[in-house]
Amino acid sequence: MSDFRTVLALRAEWTKARTVASTGWVVLAAVGVTVGVSAGVAAAVRCPSGGCAEDPARISLTGIYLGQAVIAVLAVQAVGGEYGTGMIRVTLAAMPRRTAVLAAKAAVVSVIAVAAGTVAVLASLLAGRLILPGNGIGPAHGYPAVSLGDGPVLRAAAGSVLYLALIGLLSLGVATAVRDSAAAIGIVLGLLYLFPIVGAAVGNAQLDRHIQQIGPMTAGLAVQATTGLDRLPIGPWAGLGVLAAWAAAAMLAGGLLLSRRDA
Amino acid sequence: MTAGTVRTPRAAAPAGRGGFLAVVRAEWTKFRTVRGWVVGMVVAGLLVVGVGLLGHSECGGQAGPNAPVVTGGPSCTSPLGPGGEAVTDDYYLVHQPLGTDGSITVRVTSMTGSRLQPWSKAGIIVTASTAPGSAYAAMMVTAGHGVRMQWDYTQDTPGLAGAVGPASPRWLRLIRAGDTITGYDSADGTRWDRVGSATLAGLPSVAQAGLFAASPDYSNVTSQSIGGGSGSGGSTQATAAFDHVMAEGGPAGGRWAGTAVGGTGGTGGTGGGGPGAPSPDGYRRSGGGYSVTGSGDIAPVTPQGAGSVAQPVIGTFAGLIAVIVVAAMFITAEYRRGLIRVTLAASPRRGRVLAAKALVLGTITFVVGLPAAWAAQLIGEPMERSRGIFIDPVSAPTELRILAGTAALLAVAAVLAVAVGALLRRGAAAVTAVIVVIVLPYFFAGPLAVLPPGAADWLLRVTPAAAFAIQQPYPAYPQVTSQYTPENGYYPLAPWAGLAVLCGWTALVLGLAAYRLRRRDA
Repeated sequence: MSDFRTVLALRAEWTKARTVASTGWVVLAAVGVTVGVSAGVAAAVRCPSGGCAEDPARISLTGIYLGQAVIAVLAVQAVGGEYGTGMIRVTLAAMPRRTAVLAAKAAVVSVIAVAAGTVAVLASLLAGRLILPGNGIGPAHGYPAVSLGDGPVLRAAAGSVLYLALIGLLSLGVATAVRDSAAAIGIVLGLLYLFPIVGAAVGNAQLDRHIQQIGPMTAGLAVQATTGLDRLPIGPWAGLGVLAAWAAAAMLAGGLLLSRRDA
Repeated sequence: MTAGTVRTPRAAAPAGRGGFLAVVRAEWTKFRTVRGWVVGMVVAGLLVVGVGLLGHSECGGQAGPNAPVVTGGPSCTSPLGPGGEAVTDDYYLVHQPLGTDGSITVRVTSMTGSRLQPWSKAGIIVTASTAPGSAYAAMMVTAGHGVRMQWDYTQDTPGLAGAVGPASPRWLRLIRAGDTITGYDSADGTRWDRVGSATLAGLPSVAQAGLFAASPDYSNVTSQSIGGGSGSGGSTQATAAFDHVMAEGGPAGGRWAGTAVGGTGGTGGTGGGGPGAPSPDGYRRSGGGYSVTGSGDIAPVTPQGAGSVAQPVIGTFAGLIAVIVVAAMFITAEYRRGLIRVTLAASPRRGRVLAAKALVLGTITFVVGLPAAWAAQLIGEPMERSRGIFIDPVSAPTELRILAGTAALLAVAAVLAVAVGALLRRGAAAVTAVIVVIVLPYFFAGPLAVLPPGAADWLLRVTPAAAFAIQQPYPAYPQVTSQYTPENGYYPLAPWAGLAVLCGWTALVLGLAAYRLRRRDA
């Protein structure tokens, strides 16, 4: 019986996401800005003489830094939009098990993020593969071609897609907790972008490293590195684990507040 | 009935300033009665103050005499130049006294050394004394920038181009007349060109004139990633050969004496030559000439991160995000609740409503931002000093510009967020858009360190992130090689030009928002 209700909740959330016009635009924007920024950075990077410690896969995936903001908007809107219009009360009346509602939203957001992420990551890698060799970062200069057949590159690609899904969950949790889209997106983007800026400013290498180890973006995007792994502040998968912990904490806080609080 | 029908002809709208003031009062009342917005503004102020206190650098922590320059910490102490700025004053000087009227002339035939830098320099100098930070004027050959005349650390004028060598010697001359020193150069010793003239206020009647050599520390960035780079660096050494040395105007029978000026001070300068140096700094007589070997630099310090007066206001980024959220909500909440229709019914001249909102929020943000920035500085600077960090002093107008500029940056960004909010009508989209155009370009150009410098500079010229230039305390000197990066506090645009870029974008979006507000149903 409870399984049936879960399926119902999932279907309801999927229908909502599917029938809101903005979802399509946001997904398109996420893919567009990710690929656009990736290609732009790949075109701008120069390493004419070789010997620079560039990481072709990571450069090709730079667009994730911007694309994640769009995914965050999507996730925040999934719940913030309902609070904004008062729809949340209808939703919770129809589906009194509030955690099931949140779980269904999480599933839908994750699926959309993974779908958009997969397209964006593959297109970005393709752009990097085509553009980078012309700028001195290619097989001719001793760099590996960007190819999914390469273990670390595959890990960077899959990790980036997972990263976007986790950003979606983090945003969903925060939005559920604060119940306002604008405040939620401010908190999420602050969490993402402020850690590296503050880390660079503290002026202490040790402390900077620790800040990068706990920052959701700085730790999570360690998964994109394919060269110089020993210089990373945190290992690729461990870094993604840090982001997963952030996302879990946000979802937990959102879930608890959702079930304890009047809507 | 849609809201569009509420529009009335302009003539029917309340006229005069009373109308606008009433709208401003209405907006102010809205702001102060929504607890979340007031709390958001207070949080913004606290973030501006609080994040700046996270600084944990210690002076000299990583910067031994031969430590990597790239990751080098701030200095513990520094001499001050005649202009009040912190300076590096480490070089080797072979000198004798010089009276109020006199001159010194030499021919430089070569410049060699270990790891010569483009700004390795050697030549003749007239200096008030051998104490670091003294007023001076010098004519010099450099390894990569031809003949230069430099004085009082910050001033630099080019002379003859091209490198010095046995086949292309350079003649240099400094003539002192009272407080005025004039520099000349020549390729053959007969035809002289005037390079520049410097007035050194308070030059004592007996100054020191002589031959000098200096070579700044080198640094190689080998890799960069988020939050910094790694690299190698260390001291370098230059040796210059002088002949045809003629000094006039000193006491009779003046004798040359060697002094390692600065000695141990400065940022990583090693007056005695590093362990890697082939020979210690000093001078030798050879034939009729001299060969002088020196390391260090005679130049202004270019502070990076801690040690900069702008370091305490690094929390601007965090405060900015809170301000943007409040500002965007200030208008998008009206659309969400439908209040905008009431607002526009009460005040049908829509442009005025937008102007009032922008004015109210911009003013509030400035009023919160200014004391916040001031408090950050009041608390942050003593904290830095308590860790032994030397903070390069700036003039009072510069300090005021950084504080008022920080508040203005926050205020204009708030107005931009109001305008974007009016345009997009959605809180999340507006907040994201504004953060992406202000914070993200800085992040891409600075801490992310993936773009080449040229592309990064353009990002900080054309995007609203250019406004952070208002916080740049120290100029980037072309005659000093340094890490002039945004995270070190150096921007491609001049301070007010940078803020003007943000203002331009804001005016553009505000105009667009006003147009759309008038043309579209609410």
